[in-house]
This record gives sequence, structure tokens and C-alpha cells, in this order.
Amino acid sequence: MWIESTIALRFLRHGRAQSLLILFGIAVGVAVIVFVVALISGLQSNLIERTLGTQSHIRIEAPREVNRIAPAPPGTVQLLLEDPRPQSLRPIDNWQQVRDVIERLPGVKAVSPVVSGPAFGRRGAAVESVALVGIDLARYLRVIPLQDNLVTGRLEVGSGNGMVGRQLAEDLGLRTGSKLRLDAGDGREAVINVAGIFELGVRELDERYVYVDLKQAQSLLALPGGVTVIDVTVEDVFAADATAARIRGLTGLQAESWMESNAQLMNALSSQSMSTNMISFFVAVSVALGIASVLAVSVAQRTREIGILRAMGTRRRQMLRVFLIQGAVLGLLGSAVGAVAGWSLVVAFNTFGPRLFEIDLQPMLFVAAMALATLAGMGAALVPAWRASRMDPVEAIRHA
Amino acid sequence: MPELKEVLRLEGLRKSYNIGQPNEVEVLHGIDLRLDSADFAALVGPSGSGKSTLLNLIGLLDPPTAGELYLDGQPTRAMDDEARTALRGRHIGFVFQFHHLISAFTALENVLMPSMVAHGKPGAEMLDRARELLAAVGLEKFADRRPDQLSGGQQQRVAIARALVTRPSLLLADEPTGNLDTRTAAEVFKLLRQFNARFGCAVLVVTHDPRLAETCDRTIPLVDGQVVSDERAAHAP
Repeated sequence: MWIESTIALRFLRHGRAQSLLILFGIAVGVAVIVFVVALISGLQSNLIERTLGTQSHIRIEAPREVNRIAPAPPGTVQLLLEDPRPQSLRPIDNWQQVRDVIERLPGVKAVSPVVSGPAFGRRGAAVESVALVGIDLARYLRVIPLQDNLVTGRLEVGSGNGMVGRQLAEDLGLRTGSKLRLDAGDGREAVINVAGIFELGVRELDERYVYVDLKQAQSLLALPGGVTVIDVTVEDVFAADATAARIRGLTGLQAESWMESNAQLMNALSSQSMSTNMISFFVAVSVALGIASVLAVSVAQRTREIGILRAMGTRRRQMLRVFLIQGAVLGLLGSAVGAVAGWSLVVAFNTFGPRLFEIDLQPMLFVAAMALATLAGMGAALVPAWRASRMDPVEAIRHA
Repeated sequence: MPELKEVLRLEGLRKSYNIGQPNEVEVLHGIDLRLDSADFAALVGPSGSGKSTLLNLIGLLDPPTAGELYLDGQPTRAMDDEARTALRGRHIGFVFQFHHLISAFTALENVLMPSMVAHGKPGAEMLDRARELLAAVGLEKFADRRPDQLSGGQQQRVAIARALVTRPSLLLADEPTGNLDTRTAAEVFKLLRQFNARFGCAVLVVTHDPRLAETCDRTIPLVDGQVVSDERAAHAP
């Protein structure tokens, strides 16, 4: 391989203008690919992070109540007028066992039972409708990182303490230490002490959520010992779908992954990924075509030298390698420059851009881009290299 | 002087083109020829007589249609391209009319090329040999020059040094002086003679120039694809 790479490098250096031009082309292409891929994946992980900051990966609820329709005897026509049933607040049966089963599933990181239902929050003459969320705090924190969202006060539920969203606190004029009366109807009332105020960054949650102890919520909502929701966090967020399906199969409960409940987001993400892939693919194709045409010209220009080399005992496969190596070297060098340029663009974006989000720099992206460009270079060199290796030395030497 | 031995033997060598097509044409009609290690022979003949074709066959650049070609005693007709290429690299040195150096390499590297192609990075011994050959053609000072920094005569001398670096048993020269002025041509010819005597490698020169042909030990006239006579000059050993 020594002589093949020596000849390849000399040929590249000797045709310097051509080599530099195509290197520049490769570098621009790779920089575009690196930057676009980094930008889109940064944007996507930011979106996913934000979405999953306020919701669990999988939400498990009791199955919905549906009408059972008695089958009609054969030979009769059945006319149906169905009145959909109201969905009352229903606990999950045997939730402790369900929790234990789910906890043992592979890929499950945390399981948090929750009881939640509607109530009114009163302070003085002000009334707001609130979502009462009873939690086991230690477990809940492993699903929703409330500690990151606390504005004032402390993380505490139980012993008459609770936490409220910031918007709700503003609407009802609450501070830490204030009393909030909760009314869940049918005379079930309680007064809690506001221990902390949080801000999740989603208006709907911040103006409605009231976190209390699991037991207190159970008694307020008349669901003693029951829970209405089990929140699950998984290791791989994109495996949530599969895990949810598994849970449905195991428990017969209704389990919805974040991907299903955010179908629109997922759709947007996959469209983005597709357009990124399309851009990358077509840029890569045009870069490869550039390499192929430069090498084709080089083979034509060096026809006579190829003939001489063959006459001097250079084998066909050596000749093939000379041009494959040229393609690989062009791809590798060009993509190295391109990766650095793309990296600079990312750094520039992080520093001078709109600063809405930070692009995470993944070293694997650069390695992958360079490996791909090198392979593409060799692929592009295949046809010219093949032509060089099949050249008849007699014809080639006679070539003027 | 080295011991005399057979380098090349042709037996009924034929070459046709466009085989199986209406315009099939046989260029060489059964050539018998033998060259020994001390031979310095000129292949002469009018253009179109098949000189270049014969030279390509002898140089293993092109396979014959029929007949056999022995190089250093080895039959070659049945060989595939790979084997012929390897044999060519080891046993044959080429000097072409248009010097044909590789422009991306220096004079010294060009001289080393046949060895590098066969054995990779040259060792100290090979480097010495290449330098010595460059010195023998009077170009030791130009070792690091590129071909485009050398005159035509200098380039042809580099090409001769290159042809000899693998110590081939046969040196083929296709109109080696065709592109040079008379004085330079005579110098180049003198070099070929020197190497023939020094290394005992057979030299076969294709030439148009009757004066140059006269200085050879043997003249092999080729007319219409046949060797008409094989004359050994009076001054031949």
C-alpha cells in the first residue's frame, strides 16, 4: 500500500488547483451537513426536554367506561342509539400491585402513583378552579423535576402543606405561609398551608395545579386508598411507546406514552428529521459527484502516465487503489476541514445566535460525518479507478 | 563479459486484430526469433510493418494470438494479466520515444519507480543503485529535479536509468532517439551500448534511423509482419 498511497498523494499534490477546489467543495458540503444536523437535533432535543419537563413519559389510567352492547340474535337488524357514559373519577384497581409490576419492567426508571381531580380553591372572596394533585413527593420528583421549578418556599406536601403554581398564587394573592381553602364538592373541604410556589412554564399548569399529599387528595376526592393515575418514567424516551404497549398488555389499563399524547409534536419532529436527512443526502450526493468528476478528469489527464506505470509492472489492483486512495483522502481531508467549519458555525450559533436554545456538540457527529465522507469519496472514486485499472497500457502509452 | 544465455525466444508468434470480425487482420505472421544476453539488436522496417506490435508482444504489454514467447525460459502465452505484469516488472525495462516520466515525481523517484511498484519503499541498496545509475547517465546533480525541469535529452537519460534499475534481462527501446537531436541521440545510444556491455542485458531497439541501426550488432528487418533476414553485423562479437 505504500507505493499506492505515495502515488495517490503525489497525484493530488501535483494537480493542486483541482485538489484544492474539490476539497473546498467537500468542506462546504460537510459543514452544511454538520451544522444542519446539529441544529435540528439540538432543536429537537430541546423541544422534547421542554415537553417532558412537565409530563411523564407514560400515563396510566383506569380504562374508560363504555357501554356494553348485547349482541343481537342472528337474523335480526339491530338499531342502536347509544348514549355515551359519563367518565366519573375512578381509581385504578389494585394499584399497588400494578405499581410493583411496572417497576420491575425493563427500561422503567421511576413509577409515581398520583390521585388527581377537580376542586375549587378559595381565598377570601376569590375562587379559582384548580386541579388537585395528590402525590408521593419522593416518587413524583423522579418523574417531574419540581425542585428545578420551585420559585419560593420549599418542596413539601403532607401535614396540611401543599404547593401551588405561580399563576394561581398571583390570582389568589398567595404567598408562602398563606392558607388556601380547597373545596372538592359535597362538603369535602380542607385548608392547606402554601409551603412552596412553583413555575413549570406552562400557563395551564401554573394557574391550576395544587400539589397535596396523596392521602389528603384521596379524602378530598372521596377515593380512599385509591389513585387515578400512575406516572412512569423510562430510560429511553423514544422507547416509551413500546413500554406503554407492554403495560397495556400486562394490566389491561389505559397507558398512553408522551409520543401518543404529543402526536403533533412527534409528527413535526419526524418531518424535520426527514428534511434534514434529505438535505444531507443530496449535499452528500453532489459532493460525491464532484469527487467523481475531478477524479475522472485526473484519470483522463494521466492516461499516459497510467500506461507507463502499468508497463513498469504496476498491477491492475495497484492502479485501482491509487485512485481509491485519492477519493478517500479527498473525502477525509475535505470533511475534516468541513467538520471544523461546521463546529465553528455551531459555536457561533450558540454565542451570537438567538440563544433560544443551546446546540449540544456531539463528537460522534463529526466522526460519523468524516467516516461517511471518506466512504463517499471512495465510492465516488470507484468508477474512475476502475477505468484506470482496466486501461490497456499499449493504448494508454500511445495516447497523446 | 557475462556468460551468454538465452533471454528471449519467439516461436511462430502471430498477432491478429479484430478477431472474428469482417475486418480481421493478421499483423504478424509467425515470427521466430532469439535474443541472447549480450545481444544489441535493432528492429528495423518500414512503418506499418508491425514493429510496434512486435515490441508490445515482446514487452508483454499485449498477448499474442498464436505462438509462444519465452522470456528467460518461461513460456508466457498462457499467463494472465497479473502474472504478465509481474514478469514484465521484473525482467523488462522500457525506454519510449517520448521519455514518459511521471511528472509528479523527481528524477531519482522516477528511476526508483519500477522497484517501488514491485517492492514498496526502496532500501538503502536500491537507493544507491538508482543514484549510481543516475550518475552513469550523467545526471547525479539533477536527482531532485522534476521532469519539467529537465531537457528532452536529460529526460530520456532518466528514462534509461529507470529502465535499468531492476536489472532487467531485456531492455526494449522504441525509437529512443526519435525525439532528440543528432548529438543527443548519439549520446543516448552510447549509453544503451554501455549498459548492454556492463550488465549483460539484451537490448532491442526499434529505430527508423539506418545510421543508428548500423551501429547495432544485429539488424532484424521486419517486412509485412515477417522477419526477412537476420543479419549479424561484421563488428558483432
